Amino acid sequence: MPTERSRIATLAAAVAIALCVANVSAAPDLGEPVSAADLVGLSITIGPDGNGLPPGRGTAIDGVDLYVDRCASCHGVRGQGRTGPALAGGAGTLAGKAPVRTVGSYWPHATTLFDYIRRAMPYDNPMSLTNEQVYQLTAYVLWLNGIVGRDESIDARTLPGVKMPNRAGFVNAWDARDRD
Amino acid sequence: MRGTRYGPGVLTRFANVSDPIPVAGGGLLSRRALLKGAMVMGAGAALPATAANEHLGAAMAWQKTPGRPPTGYGNPSRFESAVTRTTYNRYGAIALGNGGSFTPLERLRGTITPNGLHFERHHQGVPDIDPAKHRLVVHGLVRRPLRFSIDALGRYPMTSTTAFIECAGNSFPNTNDKPPQVTCGEIHGLVSCSEWTGVPLAMLLEEAGVRTDAKWIVAEGADAVSMHRSIPIEKARDDALVALYQNGERLRPEQGYPVRLLLPGWEGNMSVKWLHRLELVTAPVQARDETSHYTDALPDGRALQFTFEMGVKSVITQPSPGWMLQGPGYYDISGLAWSGAGHVARVDVSADGGRTWAQAELLETAQPFAFTRFRLPWRWDGGPVRLMSRAMDEREQIQPTRAEWLQRYGAKQRYHYHAIQTWQVDDMGEVSNAY
Ligand code: HEC
Repeated sequence: MPTERSRIATLAAAVAIALCVANVSAAPDLGEPVSAADLVGLSITIGPDGNGLPPGRGTAIDGVDLYVDRCASCHGVRGQGRTGPALAGGAGTLAGKAPVRTVGSYWPHATTLFDYIRRAMPYDNPMSLTNEQVYQLTAYVLWLNGIVGRDESIDARTLPGVKMPNRAGFVNAWDARDRD
Repeated sequence: MRGTRYGPGVLTRFANVSDPIPVAGGGLLSRRALLKGAMVMGAGAALPATAANEHLGAAMAWQKTPGRPPTGYGNPSRFESAVTRTTYNRYGAIALGNGGSFTPLERLRGTITPNGLHFERHHQGVPDIDPAKHRLVVHGLVRRPLRFSIDALGRYPMTSTTAFIECAGNSFPNTNDKPPQVTCGEIHGLVSCSEWTGVPLAMLLEEAGVRTDAKWIVAEGADAVSMHRSIPIEKARDDALVALYQNGERLRPEQGYPVRLLLPGWEGNMSVKWLHRLELVTAPVQARDETSHYTDALPDGRALQFTFEMGVKSVITQPSPGWMLQGPGYYDISGLAWSGAGHVARVDVSADGGRTWAQAELLETAQPFAFTRFRLPWRWDGGPVRLMSRAMDEREQIQPTRAEWLQRYGAKQRYHYHAIQTWQVDDMGEVSNAY
């Protein structure tokens, strides 16, 4: 019995064949080529190995004023959470009755912090920060959690190496699944 | 040739009203009994003597005035204005775009969710995208990075698939210590089912020429948090759809207009809406929404990551909380079942709190990765009962009890709740949520 899954796969396979069998023009091929220049500012994802991190640097000290100005109203000056979620605290709570999951207690990778602040924060004005500012705020939030020192430079080289307390706290269920 | 679909004997086949055969405790009746008495009863009940038009004075007002002319886009009857989504918001005034709305499952029948009632979950509101300016870019580990306009996508061969989308956090109210007394939809309504039409993702990947070292795809939306998720390439090649249409019309803005991803059976968050970028990578990028959120707490404090498939699940939608049963007698139990594994294989119903079970009828509309509607005739004796449904899928996975589900996870786990739902009917006929 043909399933939905196999119908989609069959349609895709038909096009694949059209592409491979000599006559490439039989495929729709309606995409326009994209150059590296087109991807500037669009390709914003940062990998856990630091792939995609831009030039620039910042320390927690550099980020204090900016954080107070742009972030504290929702997250609290010490990241304790206000109207928005907490960004710090919760160490040692994960196995208990009232786990508090924050950047410091839960997040496995520091690169995620840069990536998320840059794409989504401040919530009321996303994508309004410079890369330099994002480094400063990343450093500040890590410092709030006692993960880096206040003068420690956070940049493309150092950020992927920042040791997150809960780095070993995740089980990759996709890799662990039974492959039948 | 098949016989008449309904026709004579229909009451006997569906309702089994005259001389019920109990098949389990609490008044559950056989889903297909063959009893000759039923027809007689059916014929007698159908035509009250006074129903015929004896004189024109009995005509209704709307028979005596011309109706309104055709309109450009139809709306439900004004008498159905109560059938709406219930909206919620996570952080109040500082983040109005962070919230969602629940499909009123208890008000709907069949298996397709009307477009205006499809559930919503947004992290930063619904963007107002001009399709003429929107592009879908495929890049990263590909031989030919490509950019598709919406018009270009519209020229590709399309296919349709009926699939549910369920938020990974659906049914989270039932993880509370006390059963929340809200409607079925307000508990379980972060799931909806539509016919989706679009271009197989595999087709676009084929054209871009995926390199052999590409193992995952990062899908990103063009909303104000640029929501992104890492997706294994196996799924992208298997049944992922780049969807442009929902139940025949263009996607609604809150469902990702002009283009969204559809990953049948997987957590809704991954069917990225407002899709504008697909980046081929070697490993998951550890996005905020696959680390901080959408991860599952284990009892030892660790967490599961990348638990994509939604579990086998069912819920009785009629009757459900908010209903008052109108006295003892016949009721048709009706509900929905679905599974991220594909087909729903069977649904059992209990009217005695799980002591005995009877197999429900699955309606003919059942399809893999879609809602399956089930039903079972029931004669309520007027006493307190506990109604439950329990689904099993094609992989023979069975819905767990709430206690079994809780045991698997750590505290405050809010994702992937798919335990058996109990509706308590009291002796007044009032239906409420119970554990
Ligand atoms: C207007 C209120 C507001 C402001 C200002 C704001 N945020 Fe947020 N922030 C939020 C909300 C709401 C969320 C949760 C979003 C979600 O869950 O989708 C959030 C989430 C976050 C998170 C992720 C938390 C987690 O555990 O997942 C980080 C990190 C963060 N904000 C950093 C910042 C930084 C840095 C700034 C300053 C540049 C900032 N925010 C400014 C409201 C705000």
